[in-house]
Amino acid sequence: MTAIDPSTLSAEVPVHRTKRPDWLGLALALALGIVVVIPLLVVAIWAFAEVWRYPSLLPQEFGFRFWQATLARPDVWAAMSLSLRLSVTVTLLSALICLPAAYAFARMDFPGRNLLFLSFLASHAFPKFGLLVAIAGIFLNLGLISTFWGVVLIQLVGTLMMMIWIPVAAFQNVDRAMEEAARDAGAGPIRVFWSVSLPQAAPTIFAAVLLSFVGTFYETEGAWLIGAPEIRTMPVLMITYINNQIVVQYGAVLSVLLWVPSFIALMFTRRLVGSGSFAKGFGV
Amino acid sequence: MAQLTLKNLGKSFDATDVIRDLSLDVADGELVCLLGPSGSGKSTVLRMVGGFETPNRGAILIDGEDVTRVPPEKRPTGMVFQSHALWSHMSVAGNVAFGLKLRGLPKTQIREKVGEALALVGLEGYGERRVWQLSGGQQQRVAIARALVLEPKILLLDEPFASLDQHLRERLREELRDIQRRLGITTLFVTHGQDEALALADRIVVLRGGEIEQVASPDRMYRAPQTRFVAGFIGSMNFLPCDMRGGVSDHPLFAVRATVPDGPVELAIRPEALTLLPARGTGARVHRVTDYGTHLLVDVDLPDGGRLKAMCPPSARYEPGQEVALEAGHVALFRGDAKLAEVTVERRVAVHV
Repeated sequence: MTAIDPSTLSAEVPVHRTKRPDWLGLALALALGIVVVIPLLVVAIWAFAEVWRYPSLLPQEFGFRFWQATLARPDVWAAMSLSLRLSVTVTLLSALICLPAAYAFARMDFPGRNLLFLSFLASHAFPKFGLLVAIAGIFLNLGLISTFWGVVLIQLVGTLMMMIWIPVAAFQNVDRAMEEAARDAGAGPIRVFWSVSLPQAAPTIFAAVLLSFVGTFYETEGAWLIGAPEIRTMPVLMITYINNQIVVQYGAVLSVLLWVPSFIALMFTRRLVGSGSFAKGFGV
Repeated sequence: MAQLTLKNLGKSFDATDVIRDLSLDVADGELVCLLGPSGSGKSTVLRMVGGFETPNRGAILIDGEDVTRVPPEKRPTGMVFQSHALWSHMSVAGNVAFGLKLRGLPKTQIREKVGEALALVGLEGYGERRVWQLSGGQQQRVAIARALVLEPKILLLDEPFASLDQHLRERLREELRDIQRRLGITTLFVTHGQDEALALADRIVVLRGGEIEQVASPDRMYRAPQTRFVAGFIGSMNFLPCDMRGGVSDHPLFAVRATVPDGPVELAIRPEALTLLPARGTGARVHRVTDYGTHLLVDVDLPDGGRLKAMCPPSARYEPGQEVALEAGHVALFRGDAKLAEVTVERRVAVHV
């Protein structure tokens, strides 16, 4: 009945800015960035520095001399290949052992379930070095010291928590009705796991696999204590360099080399996981 | 095609009886709705038929064959879940084809059957889409196609439309009814929506606390509820407590005659069984008038402090505070949970000149 007369409409409609920059968040991110990035930057610069004398902010001379020197050493290449073989073996074994176990923890009810679940945390609850020394004693009797499989075994222990806890959360996040629908369609329990649960949990599990690969690649104490002197992985080699050489650059070059796998892993994780599956994996 | 029999089913979780002693026959091609408030055990019954829960007592028979201990993958049942439970890592066609592939059908036959099933639910040409590209209603249609493509003997639906909005729910309900009729498939449908049950079912089973309260056709369930619970649960109902004395109720507004032993009773009157008349001296006053378009719902305050709802034609005019007289066309009398009598009153046609 009463149409709105356009002339009565005020031209000035109040406009509110609803989005404000979050200054505190920015400040925190910057502070964190400085703490994380500056040391990395210093190491990276050292790797390409030929002469860098105090108090200069930047090296006097840049160059690839130490890269050539480092890469020319056969022990670096041997360590690189050994580290890769170790990490792949450990990660595959860990996935083979942990993923079915994680599914069992997430979906099945059996006596001692909670106790067993917590026991996977136990290896991380005590000072690691003490544990390693005790294990080294046992390995010495078994003849596993300074062997490839001895190091595989010790590094496997380190991946257990990551490869159990994250996949358990991932499997728990799979809608139970999806699994039931697959049973309803005629799939047995193993087929349901393979065709529904695993693909549904895949992005988060992939993240866990990458994390344990990278974690194993950088693992030092176990590799050093059990592997020495025969088994020399990249991080062990780097420590020897830093301890035995006065030249900083050798360590810096190796350190930069060591970033490569984690950088690739990070890129993959970002592309594949993206949408908060990481947070989901940790049960946030 | 198939007949479903539940024999003295019982199910307990942690020593709590969820289903006490439930027996039910579903005839070939029949659509039975399990209706009840949350916690009444209706979903548990459905999950037991599907094989996802094992009953502690009793037996489930499909076409006379005992399937009580048969795992879900071997049962001739097809289930549609409330959350549709589509596998988001597969395409629409992949979802529908999954069960057929497990049965080892040749590829051409699978493609043909998937196409037919998608056409049945009105989703022709959607096969290559991803599940998350579909709307909620389309997803639920895919879930129905996925269950039907395996030609189950019994179709099970667990509140399939609960997460959809009103309009879509009504449309899918009608579509489902048509499909079910056309295929003649024996169907068990769980819902907590009484309108859904009334619209869909050949027979409704009202559950309460793990026991069957009443089994009846929608018509009988609404018009002749056997217990006070069913009377209050299906549709809206006015309950007026009063006493019977010498075959007449002592309610100041409703003197109902019935051959019922003396004692406390509740008069149960549907809003549409009430007629309002403008009057003076009754003590009943209009509290609020709500216009639903097709009808008015008038809340009336009674002199004893109670309130009841009456349905009026949309042409009626009542103002809050106005004094009215009430006439009840149909009254049921309950004592405790049991129905004592039903009384249909001849309308005294009041002609005001």
